[in-house]
Amino acid sequence: MTMKKAAKKAAPRSKGVAVLVSTRKGAWIYASDSSRRKWAVNGPHFLGHTVHHMVLDLRDGKTLLAAASTGHLGPTIFRSTDFGKSWKEAQKPPAFPKVSEGENGRSVKHTFWLTPCHANEPDAWYAGTSPQGLFRSNDGGVTWEPLPGVNDNTTMRPWFGTEQDGTPDGPKLHSIIVDPRDKNHLYFGMSGGGVHESLDQGKTWTPLIDGMEVVEGFGFDIANPMFHDPHCVRMCPSNPDRLYQQNHCGIYRIDRPARKWTRIGRAMPKSVGDVGFPMVVHPRDENTCWVFPMDGSGVWPRTSPDGKPAVFVTRNGGKTWQRQDKGMPREQAWWTVKRQAMCADSRDPVGLYFGNTQGELWMSRDEGKKWECIARNLPHIYALETAEI
Amino acid sequence: MQVLIPSPLVSYTRRKNVEARGSTLGEMLLDLERQFPGIRFRMIDEQDRVRPHMRIFVNGEQEFSLKRPLNPEDEISIVQALSGG
Repeated sequence: MTMKKAAKKAAPRSKGVAVLVSTRKGAWIYASDSSRRKWAVNGPHFLGHTVHHMVLDLRDGKTLLAAASTGHLGPTIFRSTDFGKSWKEAQKPPAFPKVSEGENGRSVKHTFWLTPCHANEPDAWYAGTSPQGLFRSNDGGVTWEPLPGVNDNTTMRPWFGTEQDGTPDGPKLHSIIVDPRDKNHLYFGMSGGGVHESLDQGKTWTPLIDGMEVVEGFGFDIANPMFHDPHCVRMCPSNPDRLYQQNHCGIYRIDRPARKWTRIGRAMPKSVGDVGFPMVVHPRDENTCWVFPMDGSGVWPRTSPDGKPAVFVTRNGGKTWQRQDKGMPREQAWWTVKRQAMCADSRDPVGLYFGNTQGELWMSRDEGKKWECIARNLPHIYALETAEI
Repeated sequence: MQVLIPSPLVSYTRRKNVEARGSTLGEMLLDLERQFPGIRFRMIDEQDRVRPHMRIFVNGEQEFSLKRPLNPEDEISIVQALSGG
């Protein structure tokens, strides 16, 4: 299917930032002027489609991939080579191999995560799916092949759990990370199923879960990846040996080659806790990252604690955290921000962006000191990505 | 045979009624895919199962098996089932 859609409003002519907004009912592109004060909207794209992730290929600066499905139709990948002016559907979207008759084979419910491969592998991409699967395209997203190192891995399979063990709309493989120094060095996370590392471009994988905690009181085996639920893992661009993680059970940091995560969320205020979904790292400072805490008490509302939304930042690798909520509602704001729905740009000072499930898009031009809402009334926001335009 | 296409798939066919050939439901779906690339995977998963919110009717009877024999005069309706808000 080819979809052509003219931009409803032209982006500002001056060089700015684009925020790629994926929602439960379509995708939008917000483009700023050079000051990031004026924003023009382009969209909707794929109105009615659930768009889990839309990502720009920074290697060529123009290819967009969007992972989409609808309530009725199966999943697909749309591809644009003109920054969203026109879209073409993948010829072979991610799909598990067909099994023999009588066997219960898996089927991809949706593609959840898209990551361009190494800078020296132009047109190559990874995709993570629900249920958990890892796929690779070598032709810019036109055709996708399953990676047997994960999808046919009999050791890993029990760690996937059943569909009832995953997130409410299905278990997911997410946070696919490529080491910028080595195309063979990869990480990903699974909800549930732990964090895993490969040193051979995905042929074999080793769990990286030491130090991560599990839900207490149920006798879960902390050494079993099945019981671990990383929500979002990010690698620091300025130091690829440092990763931060927002987990179902806290906020963590690891400095490789160490194999043990440290729970840095213990330093968060007790009244807020260290549960949440997104994790955002500074593009140039390995000691700075941001989280958006959620209420993980009782029945897990997954909303801003006490109805008072806030971002928290650490400037010292997690030793201390500061609240950043200037400009946000002071009370009765029960926001949820999903794991892909918060990101940073590469400007100085860094711009921060998040979208909530109420369809509001918020940004800060000064690394979180002040916040403003730049769009309201969008559908439930699933994911944000930024790009220089 | 005549095949009625639901609105979510008209972006592939550009019309609601199309012609397709095949001696089984599976062959008919492959003919649709040949004519309208990409349409089959939106309805049928990689294990050849009809997707949860899609339904296929042959002469008014719901059918889940791709092995169902078809005749040229059969009328096929592809329908979107309820799928929430």
